[in-house]
Amino acid sequence: MTEIFWLIPFIPALSTLILAVFGQKLPKKYVSFQACFAVFASFVISVISLIGLLQAGHEHSTIVKNLFSWIHAGSFKADLSLQLDPLSAVMALVVTGVGFLIHVYSVGYMAEDKGYTRYFTYMNLFTFAMLVLVMASNIVLMFVGWEGVGLCSYLLIGFWFEKHSAANAGKKAFIVNRIGDAAFLLGIFFIFIHIGSGEFRAINEAIGGGEITQSLATLIAILLFVGAVGKSAQIPLYVWLPDAMEGPTPVSALIHAATMVTAGVYMVSRMNILFTFSISAGHIVAVVGAVTAVFAATMALTQNDIKRVLAYSTISQIGYMFIGCGVGAYAAGMFHLYTHAFFKSLLFLAAGSVMHALSGELNMQKMGGLRKYLPLTYPTFLIGAIAIAGIPFLSGFFSKDAILTSAFASGQYFVWGLGIFGAVLTAFYMFRLIFLTFYGKERLEPEAKKHLHESPPVMTIPLVLLAFFSVIAGYVGLPVVFGKKLDFFGRFLEPVIEHAHEVHLTLGTEWMLILISVAVAVTGIYIAWVFYIKNPQTPHNLVARFPGLYKLLYNKYYVDEIYNTLFVNSTIKGSEVVYDHFDLKVIDGAVNGSASATNFFGKVLSYIQTGLIKDYALIFLLGAILLLGYLLF
Amino acid sequence: MIPLSYFLILSIILFVLGAIGFFIKRDLITQFMTVEIMLNAANLAFITFAKSAGSLDGQVIVFFIITVAAAEAAVGLAIILLVYRQKKTIKSEDIKLMKG
Repeated sequence: MTEIFWLIPFIPALSTLILAVFGQKLPKKYVSFQACFAVFASFVISVISLIGLLQAGHEHSTIVKNLFSWIHAGSFKADLSLQLDPLSAVMALVVTGVGFLIHVYSVGYMAEDKGYTRYFTYMNLFTFAMLVLVMASNIVLMFVGWEGVGLCSYLLIGFWFEKHSAANAGKKAFIVNRIGDAAFLLGIFFIFIHIGSGEFRAINEAIGGGEITQSLATLIAILLFVGAVGKSAQIPLYVWLPDAMEGPTPVSALIHAATMVTAGVYMVSRMNILFTFSISAGHIVAVVGAVTAVFAATMALTQNDIKRVLAYSTISQIGYMFIGCGVGAYAAGMFHLYTHAFFKSLLFLAAGSVMHALSGELNMQKMGGLRKYLPLTYPTFLIGAIAIAGIPFLSGFFSKDAILTSAFASGQYFVWGLGIFGAVLTAFYMFRLIFLTFYGKERLEPEAKKHLHESPPVMTIPLVLLAFFSVIAGYVGLPVVFGKKLDFFGRFLEPVIEHAHEVHLTLGTEWMLILISVAVAVTGIYIAWVFYIKNPQTPHNLVARFPGLYKLLYNKYYVDEIYNTLFVNSTIKGSEVVYDHFDLKVIDGAVNGSASATNFFGKVLSYIQTGLIKDYALIFLLGAILLLGYLLF
Repeated sequence: MIPLSYFLILSIILFVLGAIGFFIKRDLITQFMTVEIMLNAANLAFITFAKSAGSLDGQVIVFFIITVAAAEAAVGLAIILLVYRQKKTIKSEDIKLMKG
């Protein structure tokens, strides 16, 4: 049954095509049914493929299906071929599974929107592109999917394009991503020049066979990683993700939390042999991840926009995934990607449900006490928050712990320390969000209060399902302390992911690390409780005490402003200079000059057009005589 | 036997007469006739060479030229007639709509 795995990306593609061509004429009910069904069908095939892989065992863990030869020019060869192995199976499962629930949720969330069909067309197109990205068997096809999800991200961030801020946010996301993609493309070129093939298996064999030098591997790895930094919103290219929250909330959940932004982590894991081979590239990945994890978490502390807090949280959590990849624990990074997809999309969808209830209110300072009005949203939101904070026995705990343990085991204590510090901040800002939204005094606008209602079942059922998975998803990868054989997730990925330099810690150290991460999570929650429930005056006092720090955080370190001055404005100024001096003078001069030259010669030549037959005949005769003279002499 | 050059000289005289007539006459019909004279001068040259070379090619071309000249006369005279209806003149100096 696993042979049909190549259908996984093409069912959403077919659905996109139908919706794009006939969508405007189809009834709304059918549109949403088809869009959801296409993703569900892909999900079913993904599950079948996963079961097939589990039965096949380690030896037959990679199936490649070559659909047709796409580019074949000289020694350059790129096929449209898909690959099913544990890594792509996990990703396909996350994309289609979480994607399906978010599609269903969208049916309720977008019900009143006039761009309903357009929305579902884009969502299906996104699913297709993302599946191509994760299932491609060569890096060129992967790049196609990579750009495809970037395009869908642009289209969906700017979905309400009549809103100026949304259109600008889409543009920003697209342009910032271009920087990363340019580096990614350069990396692909280097691979083709020095390895001669874009197939992942060939690349891995070439690196394993020592065909490229350490420094070349580092160069390629860093170029690819810059691509990942752009797509996965890490320092310094993270600025687009918070603005991307202008899009509809389910889009934020699917694209900007669960799937697309984690593509960078997937790509690094896919190229794990390269990143393991190049030691310094691995270090860079880990440090960038760790710094981003803390940096983004500090920015989440002071935001009042519920979705922006979650956006910074996403940046921070992807930082954790990169820590995992950077220290060589790719399985742990992928594990966090997988659990994060559940709880972060849950948080976004729950936040969407809160917004829906409050007629679009995003500011947490205008919420409070919502617990009793939203009997389903509240507990699911709480489960998501607990999961991300890293409280034991929920999914986030297992994956974050796996990453931090690996970081500690690899001896990069600086990275580990940042990770622990980030964990405190994570627990704090998530519970700040919970307390401000659901507890305390009601600070609602009277207008919003009138329409206050829990969301319809089509929205709450996906929430409940995601909450369920947020609780149980972690149990496929238990830490070593519970028994060596229980890390199913890691063992499943083993054929794809090399265990390069695993350092075994003693059981005592493992327990200590687990206790530390539990302790920091609880500390974070406790501080949030003190700040926002016990003494609600504390934050104000702190702001009064450290106004400079607060302003710095509240304004997100002024990074947007710095980028604007350094890059955006200088580009605009440079463009103006070029426009004035080159476009207007050189290019327009050339165009207008050729027009006036034609005009001039036309005027001169028109003098010989007398309109008199005899003149023409005379010229004709003279010509004939000249010709004759030439022929005779 | 009349020498070849006689025919050719006659042909040249006819051609030059036609050409001169074209430039000195003013009304279109006369100019048209001078063109016909030039065509026939060419015909004469063709036939002369055909005879001297003993080949039929030149004579065949003459038939073509006669056919074309007939067609040309039909079209040309029709045009001149229409020009006259429009302009009430067939003086070639008066017809210079195409002046640049």
